[in-house]
Amino acid sequence: MDLFTEGDPIADAHAPQGPIETRWARRRFEAKLVNPANRRKLTVIVVGTGLAGGSAAATLAEQGYRVRSYCYQDSPRRAHSIAAQGGINAAKNYRNDGDSVHRLFYDTVKGGDFRSRESNVHRLAEVSVNIIDQCVAQGVPFAREYGGLLDTRSFGGAQVQRTFYARGQTGQQLLLGAYQALERQIGLANVEMNARHEMLELIVVDGRARGIVVRDLVTGEITSEFADAVVLASGGYGNVFYLSTNAKGCNVTATWRAHRKGAYFANPCYTQIHPTCIPVSGDHQSKLTLMSESLRNDGRVWVPKAKGDDRRPKDIPEDERDYYLERIYPSFGNLVPRDIASRAAKNVCDSGRGVGPGGLGVYLDFADAIGRLGRQAIEAKYGNLFEMYERITGEDPYEVPMRIYPAVHYTMGGLWVDYDLQSTIPGLFVIGEANFSDHGANRLGASALMQGLADGYFVLPNTIANYLAAGPFERVDASHPAAVEARRDVEDRIRRLLAVNGDRTVDSFHRELGQIMWEHCGMERSEAGLRKAIDEIRALREEFWRRVRVPGDGEGLNQSLEKAGRVADFFELAELMCVDALHREESCGGHFRAEHQTPDGEAQRDDDRFAYVAAWEYTGGDEPVVLHKEDLKFEYVHPTQRSYK
Amino acid sequence: MNLTLRIWRQSGPEDKGRMVTYQVDGVSPDMSFLEMLDVLNERLILAGEEPVAFDHDCREGICGMCGLMINGDAHGPQRGTTACQLHMRQFSDGDTIDIEPWRARAFPVIKDLVVDRTAFDKIIAAGGYITAPTGSAPEAHSVPVAKADADAAFSSAACIGCGACVAACPNGSGMLFTAAKITQLSLLPQGQPERYTRVIGMVDAHDEAGFGGCTNAGECTAVCPKGIPLNTIGRLNRDYLRATAKRGGTPGS
Amino acid sequence: MAVTGILLVLFLVAHMLGNLKIFTGETAFDHYAHWLRDIGTPLLPSTWFLWIQRTVLLAAVLGHIGAATLLALRARAARPVRYAHRKKVNGSYAARTMRWGGVIILLFVIYHILDLTTGHLNPQGDPGNPYGNVVADFAPARWYVTLFYTLAIVALGLHLRHGAFSALRSLGQQTPAGERRARAAALVFAIVLCAGYLVVPFAVLTGLVA
Repeated sequence: MDLFTEGDPIADAHAPQGPIETRWARRRFEAKLVNPANRRKLTVIVVGTGLAGGSAAATLAEQGYRVRSYCYQDSPRRAHSIAAQGGINAAKNYRNDGDSVHRLFYDTVKGGDFRSRESNVHRLAEVSVNIIDQCVAQGVPFAREYGGLLDTRSFGGAQVQRTFYARGQTGQQLLLGAYQALERQIGLANVEMNARHEMLELIVVDGRARGIVVRDLVTGEITSEFADAVVLASGGYGNVFYLSTNAKGCNVTATWRAHRKGAYFANPCYTQIHPTCIPVSGDHQSKLTLMSESLRNDGRVWVPKAKGDDRRPKDIPEDERDYYLERIYPSFGNLVPRDIASRAAKNVCDSGRGVGPGGLGVYLDFADAIGRLGRQAIEAKYGNLFEMYERITGEDPYEVPMRIYPAVHYTMGGLWVDYDLQSTIPGLFVIGEANFSDHGANRLGASALMQGLADGYFVLPNTIANYLAAGPFERVDASHPAAVEARRDVEDRIRRLLAVNGDRTVDSFHRELGQIMWEHCGMERSEAGLRKAIDEIRALREEFWRRVRVPGDGEGLNQSLEKAGRVADFFELAELMCVDALHREESCGGHFRAEHQTPDGEAQRDDDRFAYVAAWEYTGGDEPVVLHKEDLKFEYVHPTQRSYK
Repeated sequence: MNLTLRIWRQSGPEDKGRMVTYQVDGVSPDMSFLEMLDVLNERLILAGEEPVAFDHDCREGICGMCGLMINGDAHGPQRGTTACQLHMRQFSDGDTIDIEPWRARAFPVIKDLVVDRTAFDKIIAAGGYITAPTGSAPEAHSVPVAKADADAAFSSAACIGCGACVAACPNGSGMLFTAAKITQLSLLPQGQPERYTRVIGMVDAHDEAGFGGCTNAGECTAVCPKGIPLNTIGRLNRDYLRATAKRGGTPGS
Repeated sequence: MAVTGILLVLFLVAHMLGNLKIFTGETAFDHYAHWLRDIGTPLLPSTWFLWIQRTVLLAAVLGHIGAATLLALRARAARPVRYAHRKKVNGSYAARTMRWGGVIILLFVIYHILDLTTGHLNPQGDPGNPYGNVVADFAPARWYVTLFYTLAIVALGLHLRHGAFSALRSLGQQTPAGERRARAAALVFAIVLCAGYLVVPFAVLTGLVA
């Protein structure tokens, strides 16, 4: 193929050996430590203040490191982790329903369609129990039973009730816990907080990540900031699709800039399409809103059996409804994993049985649950979600079934990291959604919060010490040639964006890019579609640099300029996503290739050819990118055809 | 729908600022309020004018970043709703809508409708937490919490820190924000050890930031998108009175 | 605010009960008025207790005004730039009229003292016959005095309605059920006090007391 070449395979240098239950303990023991007195001589930059970044910054500061934290929002409390609704998994087995660390590990590897690392996932399952303890101690108001103990509920892809929750605002409550711990450290002057700052470049000195170039979004000032290590916790890149459940500001810039500086980008095509979002209402749509997956505990998904049936839902009798998830997947029913639920919705809509405007929607019906449990019980569980639905659509879901449709929600891909969460650039660590590590080709519900906090509270603070033990590193300042060059790159780019002064807005380009990606690199991908997408993306990118109009200047707050920089990076990422999707000639998890499906339409993996992590190396934009394969070994969970029937 | 917008324009902190009138046509009732502003901005950019700066992020009512005074109502006319979740079906064709930033000394305007709410972070940093360094936590089930307390704590914890309470308060007070966090943490057993130092620290930080005093006017709770109840302020007052009574007392008593 | 307010409220209750003695007749009312000056005798010389009371009241009034002024100044400082679109009242109307209501009440109190305490503005102004002073004051021909008095008492009612609730809140009332009770109690209290004060001038106006 002309789009990429294959380079040397990549290996995880810090992967521990031995029985899987002992690996994390062993790694922690073997890793070097930093003496408490030396920690305050070491500085760590943390970019992003979500669950991963916030918890990491707070924990590193508690341990005694000097931390400098950056976020583009006006406060660290607003990172998009706050929007996670459903819950957080933990292998506490409080329900006595057969859960264990091993089962959480097993479910996550299987849920990820056997494209994640066993060692990493096992560690995640191990620390999951500590996360709950930690959050309760911080005052996170989890839902409780009358006896005063924690309540749990079930979630997609699991047959045990291991999901802890705080009404429909679990992400918010967990994030506020981390944020408060972070604010405490800010108050103690152990963390220097820089809100409304955006990282625009990574500074690499002598092969080590030593700092970042940031733009103060309020004053427009560009500065170079230095540290002994840099941690990226900048989230996922779902906004490459323009319409997604991500916050408007979510972007790939921090990780993409690091990628351009040498960090490999792994599995960029693994995108999670969430099955339960509010459908698009018109061309003005600026983002999509998720309805928590927990709704599938009590809601039943259906469409009319007949094509083009436009009767009101309550006028369609029971025997003319197709509860297709219950029909096709009797053992998991409405609780099949996200990728499966999403594709099933797409299939029924493609067959002309979708409901609502444009036929792009399916019903999520609570009539049975309300009949069984009473309206009050449903209100107590989902009240805030129902209200949100009504505000957005103007329809009352207690009376009329919700209409839902899949939307881009999460990206499993991200910067490649080893077991220590260190990227291919020494000193550059990547945590949370920004890395690729734990979810394989599909993330299970309530696992993103678990991974973000596991990385930030428990994994990174342990593994980064092994790297920092060699520090403090040689002092560098803004006059270092690497810093001067990085800063000049940032300034040049801003100058170029402002200089085009064309006739199209940034949003119009972003919207068009999103359409290309949704069409060809969304829920279903094909070779022809992806090749077409790559051509279209290249043409659009060329047009972007010729016709974009960014008003104002680089001084002071300029939201159009911020957007333009992010969209420029999305263009480059979009192409890599398509290349990755094109090269992976199999279907797995969130990556569904039309050419590779079982006779009954399920994803068909090809473990012989594709049981590896695809880590991509940047080559300057003109040369074909280089693929490095990291083989995945399954010693404990043997790959099988996933079946939720 | 066709609308007349009167929007506060202020090029920077030093500018005096003024209301500027814009016409927006072809607004769909299914648009959110911010999508309507997006439409205006797209048009302004193509016309060579400066787009209106406004804060927003999640657009699903939870991050707390957006905040607009819409016709004198913080977050607009619909109760329990942030500006990003407000939809244009709440307005009628031909309406004139006034849009202003939050106004408070503690929230200085950065540009147009964007204000600086760092003062809220400072209040949290002054005690709005439970000290529990990572790794030190006991088993989660070692301390049961009565469901009623957990639920009430959650109701206060639902605060999104948007600042509508300050914007609506006739005194420019941030007491509801402060009280929400104090209530959450003082209802939980984990929050007891720092209960009284917390309230003093947070109230002092609140006053230092330049917020006004609370007169229990109740405007805050009326506009709060998360319905934080006014009685949280009573809880704050009670803790504060007890804390000031204890301040001179024996350590540890 | 709360502490000084409560002192003033206690005075208002006592003052209202005293006023109502007017329905027991001229002799009893005048006797009550004279007794007020003699409370505490013979332990204290005549009118000393009255002056102690007046001192405490004056301190409470000054404290109340001082605290209110501080709050108002803080509020003004907290919002240096006003809204172009004036805010509607979403909460309680009583709460939003505290400051102007307070000023009206203060002006009224000054007038009231000059009228019925010192007698300077009273048509009869006989210190020995308070009953007569009251009757002369609210005579039907002087309907405007009754009107002003009524407005002031209504302002006082609104002030009390929010003030009583707010004082309870400031002293730590904190449960939602308690809030409903506190609001109801404040409302009932304000109405009873208004009625108690207004019944006297209207009784004179209608000739019930002559």
